[in-house]
Amino acid sequence: MPEPLLAVKDLVVEFKTEDGVVHAVDGITYDVFPGETLGIVGESGSGKSVGTLALLGLIPQPPGRIVSGTATFQGRDLLKLKRRQLRELRGEEVAMVFQDPMTSLNPVLKVGYQLGEAVKTHHPKESDEKIRARVLELLRLVGVPEPETRFDQYPHEFSGGMRQRAMIAMSIANNPSLLIADEPTTALDVTIQAQVLEVLKRVQAETNAATIMITHDLGIVAELCDRVLVMYGGKIVEAGDVHTIFQKPRHPYTIGLMDSLPKLTEDEEWLRPIPGSPPSLINRPSGCAFHPRCFLSQGRLRCHDEVPELRSAEGPGHVAACHFSEELAGRASKFAEPAAATGGVA
Amino acid sequence: MLTYIARRILYSIPVLFLSSFLSFVFVSYAGNPLGNLRSNPRIPANTLRLVAERNHLNDPVVLRYFYWLKDFVTDKMGKSLLTFQPIWPDVHRTILHTAQVVLIAECLAIILGVAVGIFSAIRQYSVFDYTFTSLSFLGYAMPTFWLGLLLQILFVDIYLKWHVRIFYTSGLNNIGQGTWSLDRLQHIALPVVTLCVVSFALYSRYMRASMLDVINSDYVRTARAKGVAEWRVVTRHVVRNALIPVVTVAALNLGGLLGGAIVTETIFTLDGFGYYFIQSLQNSDFYAVMAYLVVTSVIIILFNLIADVVYGYLDPRIRYD
Amino acid sequence: MTDSPTPVPPAAQVAPPEQTIDGMVVAPATFGEDSTVAAGLEVAVRSQWDYARRRFLRHRLAMIGFVGLVIIFGAGIFANWVAPYRPTDIDLNNILHAPAVAGQHYFGTDDTGRDYLSRVIYGIRTSLEVGVTVAFVSSIVGLIIGAIAGYYGGLIDNLLMRLTDLVLTLPALAVLLTAAALLGQGSQWRLTFILAGFFWTGIARVVRGVFLSLREKEYVEAAKASGAGDARIMFRHILPNTLGPIVVNATISVAAAIITEAALSFLGFGVNPLTTPSLGGLLSSAQANPQQWWLTIFPGLTIVLITLCVNFLGDGLRDALDPSQRRVRA
Repeated sequence: MPEPLLAVKDLVVEFKTEDGVVHAVDGITYDVFPGETLGIVGESGSGKSVGTLALLGLIPQPPGRIVSGTATFQGRDLLKLKRRQLRELRGEEVAMVFQDPMTSLNPVLKVGYQLGEAVKTHHPKESDEKIRARVLELLRLVGVPEPETRFDQYPHEFSGGMRQRAMIAMSIANNPSLLIADEPTTALDVTIQAQVLEVLKRVQAETNAATIMITHDLGIVAELCDRVLVMYGGKIVEAGDVHTIFQKPRHPYTIGLMDSLPKLTEDEEWLRPIPGSPPSLINRPSGCAFHPRCFLSQGRLRCHDEVPELRSAEGPGHVAACHFSEELAGRASKFAEPAAATGGVA
Repeated sequence: MLTYIARRILYSIPVLFLSSFLSFVFVSYAGNPLGNLRSNPRIPANTLRLVAERNHLNDPVVLRYFYWLKDFVTDKMGKSLLTFQPIWPDVHRTILHTAQVVLIAECLAIILGVAVGIFSAIRQYSVFDYTFTSLSFLGYAMPTFWLGLLLQILFVDIYLKWHVRIFYTSGLNNIGQGTWSLDRLQHIALPVVTLCVVSFALYSRYMRASMLDVINSDYVRTARAKGVAEWRVVTRHVVRNALIPVVTVAALNLGGLLGGAIVTETIFTLDGFGYYFIQSLQNSDFYAVMAYLVVTSVIIILFNLIADVVYGYLDPRIRYD
Repeated sequence: MTDSPTPVPPAAQVAPPEQTIDGMVVAPATFGEDSTVAAGLEVAVRSQWDYARRRFLRHRLAMIGFVGLVIIFGAGIFANWVAPYRPTDIDLNNILHAPAVAGQHYFGTDDTGRDYLSRVIYGIRTSLEVGVTVAFVSSIVGLIIGAIAGYYGGLIDNLLMRLTDLVLTLPALAVLLTAAALLGQGSQWRLTFILAGFFWTGIARVVRGVFLSLREKEYVEAAKASGAGDARIMFRHILPNTLGPIVVNATISVAAAIITEAALSFLGFGVNPLTTPSLGGLLSSAQANPQQWWLTIFPGLTIVLITLCVNFLGDGLRDALDPSQRRVRA
């Protein structure tokens, strides 16, 4: 078992708001191994973005607060680093791609300049020509046509897909060992999504960076990820490799997610959403956060009283946080292929 | 960009025509152009009739407007109906005086306002922030003329008590002193402060709000995520974007003030454009009043255009074609 | 309920179709506490007005502003009862007295012995009458013009906006002064209407903006499709959305109108100082006696207080009624 590149342990993040304290992340633990792609899946408000923003110190500290936990990266705890040390890592060893490329790029600065800034910040002594050459190379890598002209253009002159490619180029400028992509395709059209995903795959192949892919789109997870974390209500409720999660989910929420996807290869009469709404992060349900919507719980008191821990489910590395996940053993989800391991679904 | 400017100017011309025509009609009907002369018993009726004829005062309004317009454009803004003196020299002189006071006040206000706005935003909720935010609220609420009066009283008091003139409280100059002499500065110091305070309040509030808006935006987060040092994030990313709306406001404000800070000039009896206007109004010197209205309209239109052009220059998303 | 469940046969699927056809299904069982809030399912549903009221009340400055205005304007409205003297009572024995408790001249007396406090109070009343009327009239005019321009668009919009622009490019104070000098002749009500003739542009712009943007919204399309007439659409659907900005704008207009009237009176072109005390007029006469500080301080202070209170109130109202605006404190 190789050493994890990033080891997050018991991370707790909360926010003070007018309506109360929001428990955005409530004790999550996971590892990221070099070169792998880890998917974090969840609804809005599950804490998936906050968990990673906290790692880079990008949560504004009032009103946010990292309550406890550690995040070991290259031997150091990210959460305890001084500002300057954290800054050295950002954009160099750990890079982020954000969701909305229109608002994530500075509208009054040229794109070439902004990409160059990513390089220059960490290599201040490089000459301008070298930086420009590197930026052009990056733009070519992500498939932006005519990079020389594009270099001098402003973000609003790029199309949505191109902007996101530029953002990706910006993030890998210094060959980071960890890339965090926070819903990189959510703001894009479906056809453009596919292109951007291609770019991401290419970039991963080129740089061999480990990637954390945050998304609510299971299709992307199936396409890109090696392992998956499923988050709900600020906690991880299931984790495992992508095949197992898709084919043999062991948490009612995951099952609900899988079931709510229409499967293209079959006729389905009814769509099956998960009943109810996501939990309030201020007044969370007692015990298991999912129990008010859970089909498996059936009103059993244990779900109401006791917070389930992550326990081994099927197979190595597969864990689920459900008191009664054994009852789900042997269930195959609708994505189970009769002859195991396929690359992706949908 | 040039076509845009040309187009704007072209559009403005009919607007100017219309507004000056309306003003003229209004002024002619509502007021009595010869009123003062008529009430002067020493002027014989014959003279009055001659004056009326010379100035086409018996013709229909529209005709009169064109006569006035012709004189205005060809004869250096024409002659006052009251004094028969040319208007332009007065306008010229008074506008320069106003410009001196206003430009100094605004430069100070912009520099200080922007600086305070930046620091207030960076150190939000600090003592500095609360102090200056409250002060600017106060400055914003304070009518210029009250501040001017208070300053006047204060320095009159100082003079009477201690016989020391720190700042003068009225007039532009003592006799024989130049435009940039210490004497002049002593005279305009109080009006400058008066104008500066209110503008400062405006700019610092705007800058602060704009900064806070930008500081929490996504692209600033991206810059931080790239590892850019905080001070550079502020100067290169935040301030540049935050300045844009403030600059626009400043241009508009300046345009308005150059039309003469009427009240301030009245309080301090400065020989400025606004004061000239008030006196013309009090004397029912209508052609002078018209001159003032036209010139001020031109200034306002001009500065509106400047504001838009500057905005288009600073924000590449706006491209006028 | 016992802890060990009835065994769920592995073949049993997820909730059978019947349970989910209806979409949202309540939790399969309740646990004693019926409240869904306790189950964390939803934050308690609050009505629009609840939210507005809570945020407004929480805004302490706005409350202070409101209370301040109630006091000041109350004094103005009930001037006849509140003022210790009549504002025109000349008392040549008591000229230019400093403020004193004796004789109830809390604000002192002016150059003809009139009680200053009373004059200030009646000045407030004048300001109040002018300010509120101007705000009211200009709001209505602005609303009508903005609504028509924004809703119908096209040529009508163009024309009306040209008109608005025309008014805006005129140097406001100068034109007001000219109008006041020529037409106002000291009449308070003429002055009020002259002022209103200028103040409508701000509201017209805002209302037009709202109408323009909402005109395209789906629910307007839906209303049209079901046969609703123009007027009905404008009133029922779009108008309520403009009330927030209008209220805010109107509040600020009151302060602006008060200051403008004060400026006009100060320069001598406002209300007739002999009959109607005005805060601006008081300041003007105070210039002749710079050593009698109370003559300048009290009227000016009143104007400042009114403006401050209105600004606080306006901020609070904007906070409460326009939640889309990202609010920055002060």
